[in-house]
Amino acid sequence: MKLLVCVTKTPETTAKIAFTANGTAFDTNGVQYIMNPYDEWYALVRALELKEAQGGSVCLINVGSPSNDTVIRKGLAIGADEAVRINAEPKSSLYVAKQIANYAKSEGFDIVFAGKESIDYNGSEVSAMIAELLDVPFISYASHMELEGNVATVSRDIEGGTEVVEVATPFVISAAKGLAEQRIPNMRGIMMAKRKPLKVVEPIAADDLTEAVGYELPPAKSAVKLIDPENMDELVRLLSEEAKVI
Amino acid sequence: MSNSNNGTIVTKGAKEDRFQGHDYYNIDELLEEDHLLARQAVRDWVKQEVSPIIETYAEKAECPTHLFKGLAEIGAFGPSLPAEYGCGGMDEIAYGIIMQELERGDSGIRSMASVQGSLVMYPIYKFGSEEQRRKYLPKLASGELIGCFGLTEPDHGSNPSGMVTNIKDDGDAYILNGAKMWITNSPLADIAVVWAKDESGKIRGLIVEKGMKGFSAPEIHGKWSLRASITGELVFEDVRVPKENLLPNVAGLKGPLSCLSKARYGIAWGVIGAAMDCYDSALRYSQEREQFGKPIGQFQLTQKKLAEMITEITKAQLLAWRLGTLANKGKATPAQISMAKRNNVNMALVIAREARQIHGGMGITNEYPIMRHMMNLETVLTYEGTHDIHLLITGMDVTGLNAFK
Ligand SMILES: Cc1cc2nc3c(=O)[nH]c(=O)nc-3n(C[C@H](O)[C@H](O)[C@H](O)COP(=O)(O)OP(=O)(O)OC[C@H]3O[C@@H](n4cnc5c(N)ncnc54)[C@H](O)[C@@H]3O)c2cc1C
Repeated sequence: MKLLVCVTKTPETTAKIAFTANGTAFDTNGVQYIMNPYDEWYALVRALELKEAQGGSVCLINVGSPSNDTVIRKGLAIGADEAVRINAEPKSSLYVAKQIANYAKSEGFDIVFAGKESIDYNGSEVSAMIAELLDVPFISYASHMELEGNVATVSRDIEGGTEVVEVATPFVISAAKGLAEQRIPNMRGIMMAKRKPLKVVEPIAADDLTEAVGYELPPAKSAVKLIDPENMDELVRLLSEEAKVI
Repeated sequence: MSNSNNGTIVTKGAKEDRFQGHDYYNIDELLEEDHLLARQAVRDWVKQEVSPIIETYAEKAECPTHLFKGLAEIGAFGPSLPAEYGCGGMDEIAYGIIMQELERGDSGIRSMASVQGSLVMYPIYKFGSEEQRRKYLPKLASGELIGCFGLTEPDHGSNPSGMVTNIKDDGDAYILNGAKMWITNSPLADIAVVWAKDESGKIRGLIVEKGMKGFSAPEIHGKWSLRASITGELVFEDVRVPKENLLPNVAGLKGPLSCLSKARYGIAWGVIGAAMDCYDSALRYSQEREQFGKPIGQFQLTQKKLAEMITEITKAQLLAWRLGTLANKGKATPAQISMAKRNNVNMALVIAREARQIHGGMGITNEYPIMRHMMNLETVLTYEGTHDIHLLITGMDVTGLNAFK
């Protein structure tokens, strides 16, 4: 079983989010990065469990600059066998998907895993695009998955419930909470990761269809207004005129 | 390690552990990738396994023994010993960073790992026979065996060379008599590395196993410090220890002292974790707590405390990093280690006290880790060579004159 896991890096969850002065780019100054939790905790770990149960190999793939290597190395420390970094700035979802699909096509994988979204841009796009480019089935938001032979039974989170689908390999799957449980790498894993292959591949030419032109922060949360319990008229006035809920 | 806190007590209403590391001088740039990965891994483990339970265990003065297995799984036992014995094969800086993150959680948890790694596994690796290494090290690394280190005696603490515990040759065994005091992990330990004088007065190391006739390890109660770590005595009454349990490759005080150098090195790093936890909590509290209509962090006196804390933490980090670089080359001298142990432990204790003040009344409760760290650090100031003894070691090193005689 050949498994490919797409991993990306995201700002650490407590990072202060700011944009460059003209608002066209994320200000990376002083930001600490982590592996996207959906990739690390669920996609990668489920892939490792499948490998442990059935044999095979787990390869990580990332589109990004050399500064991503620490995050990739963490995936190797958790247990992936090898990794590939496509040496390019991840400009857009489509650009990233084209790079990954191109590599996946040349190698031939049984299952391509990704997180259901990255916790920074929340696009949920890359995995669907990879499936389309590879012309294989796509299962999103998987919270449970069992594999019998080459047929997977996958539970998907849907609004208000769960949908169960069957799909034969090869396919692309995006992982939601529940698909697996976080594994913390141990010191042996960290040392072994130093010797595992991390291949750097140059990108293919790929067109972008979209361009990010600006970013804005959400409006600051307004402070809580305290109203004297005697003053019901004021409460009604505020709910009607300011909050506009009545 | 996925099933966090299964079957254990979780502190009621335990608050989320919001700790963040602090790196004012970009010291991370001096670290390698595996150091950063090790730090993150141990920090995650501590947040998952230690923070939710530690206040309860400390309050009850009970050792969370289930954490031995987790410490083993994460690789905290003997991380810098070779992989062929089931250890990590990491460098000394990685070892220091692991200790820092464990002590960020609790000095008692760090002590569990320090003793097992530096005081039990290290002497067996360094002074043991190949058979002893193969017999004990993999099981100690995996947590299957728990070890302890017996040097201090009721009447010989700072002056271990005065020890009275002794061995007498008796054919295929030694007869061991004496008592050790203040021994971390001893009531739980499967094996004890014990230092005793032979008939010629030379200090030798022996591996004493639980169950040997005449050997007992009663617990010491009533500690207000290191409450989540178990401490006990070792009592030997005519214990027959097979000769193959003697550590063959060392005689004299340098045996135990070289183990202590390893552990003291780990403490020099470890206490930075405790200090950082206090600073981190105080910094956050100073921004959230308001008095006189503004955050208390806006008052100059609070800023003085915080500014001095981060200055001292930064200095301690640089000291530890430089010591680690020397240790990686095998060039860190015992006196250099003494300086870092003494400076950094004292730094952490002062910061704990200042951080306690910033938290006001809340600072004395178990809502915050401060008071627990502060009480723990009183032990750390004393064990592995007291604050004053390390000063005298530096004094002797720079003057060439021995104040102990
Ligand atoms: C919780 C805990 C865990 C411990 N774990 C272990 C362990 O696992 N294994 C182990 O072997 N030991 C352990 N110890 C023992 C520890 O190392 C000793 O407590 C320490 O070495 C000090 O010895 P002492 O308590 O006998 O104090 P003493 O040596 O009696 O010292 C009392 C005071 O006198 C001062 N003093 C002594 N001599 C001099 C001098 N020449 N000049 C100036 N001042 C001096 C000291 O600095 C100190 O302030 C532990 C201790 C504690 C509290």
